[in-house]
Amino acid sequence: MTVPDLELDCRDLRCPMPIIELARHLHDVAPGHVLAVVAHDPAARVDVPAWCRMREQEYVGEDVADDGAPRYLIRRVS
Amino acid sequence: MSNPSGAGPSGPDDGRSADLDAASSATLHPAAREVLLAALDRGYADPRRLHGRARDARLLLDNAREATADALGVRPDEVTFTSSGTDAVHRGLLGLVKGSRRGDVVVHSAVEHSAVLHAVAWGARGVSVGCDRLGRVDSDGLLGAIAPEVGVVALQTANHEVGTVQPVGELELPHGVPLFTDACASMGRLPLPDGWAAAAGSAHKWGGPAGVGVLLVRKGARWRSPFPGDDRVDERSSGFENVPAALAAAAALQAVVAERDEVNARHHDLVDVVRRRVAAEVPDVEVVGDPVARLPHLVTFSCLYVDGEALVHELDRHGFGIASGSACTSSTLAPSHVLEAMGVLTHGNVRLSLQRDATRAQVDAFCDVLPGVVRDIRARVGL
Repeated sequence: MTVPDLELDCRDLRCPMPIIELARHLHDVAPGHVLAVVAHDPAARVDVPAWCRMREQEYVGEDVADDGAPRYLIRRVS
Repeated sequence: MSNPSGAGPSGPDDGRSADLDAASSATLHPAAREVLLAALDRGYADPRRLHGRARDARLLLDNAREATADALGVRPDEVTFTSSGTDAVHRGLLGLVKGSRRGDVVVHSAVEHSAVLHAVAWGARGVSVGCDRLGRVDSDGLLGAIAPEVGVVALQTANHEVGTVQPVGELELPHGVPLFTDACASMGRLPLPDGWAAAAGSAHKWGGPAGVGVLLVRKGARWRSPFPGDDRVDERSSGFENVPAALAAAAALQAVVAERDEVNARHHDLVDVVRRRVAAEVPDVEVVGDPVARLPHLVTFSCLYVDGEALVHELDRHGFGIASGSACTSSTLAPSHVLEAMGVLTHGNVRLSLQRDATRAQVDAFCDVLPGVVRDIRARVGL
């Protein structure tokens, strides 16, 4: 299991806010490190991988946060 | 009352505002308007009765059937008028399921219209097959999913949200499994493909009146009504026929087919303008759907970091009516299942679809306004 270097709590945010938070905080981790977005919003499941593709970052996958909320993992490439 | 420019009520009718949501509902075709007004007086009677006025209504209904068949290249006895496109989808698909000797499983693409998905959920068992990034169904996956209990395959002619044309006529289904095709997005605009046992269309999407669907059932197809019967003119439908609307729908269909070479070429070029200008002038945007094998009048794109609901309202304020597949614009607050299946961005989504008389000036006006609208919405969240 991948342990993220930073976890963003976007549980109560609606689309597109989780993606905006992701973009804001990408540079809070060093290249090669992993950032996580925790979000209940169903659009995040599609939009996080799509964002990674558009911004040329690596989508690592989905797991769950400590409380069972969906968590999406992103590795900063650049 | 008449508004031939297609301009929306929220914008001035100056050629620089427009209803760009024809895929939700097209403006009434002039040919339909004339016929509808005449038929309202002449076609009111019960086409099942035997007296003169009733025979007149029956004649109009039969004319509508023949004109529709002629425009679509099918037999008149293969045409049924229903109360909506959705009703035609339900009857067409579930009637093939009921007529099947194999089983009640329907293999369908993941990007079918919700009318198809709801019909499957109500009266069959579904197996969903994915699509590529452009929205084109995985044909091999679809053929590979045809297990012994599969009674029907359902595949749209073209996608209603992103415009991508599906390979309906190219599929060779094994074991005589019948194909249902939802042709609502393309009927009239594109020739019907071959290879289907039942098909559905919706008049208000080609410029006919709302409340008229077209169900096509191929001669010899194993189709049984999935709903209670009725002793009306056509055993495949139920309820009192809306004769004036059916005749107007047929008139619009004939007109749309007659003019589609010209209209499609113009629409295709205008959509190319939108695809090119949006991609060039709006940062962080993804134009989706097949750029070539597509409906001529429709284009969809998604803007990163933009709230879809805000985008719809801001464009409306500038006089442009558009649809959106973003979650915040839907009643379920779930993102479009089409965009999801394609794996493309679902937020900040715009579906633009041209009315018949769309002009370059309207399209350019939209493209002029869009970058500023997107920039302002992004600025609200500090981007």
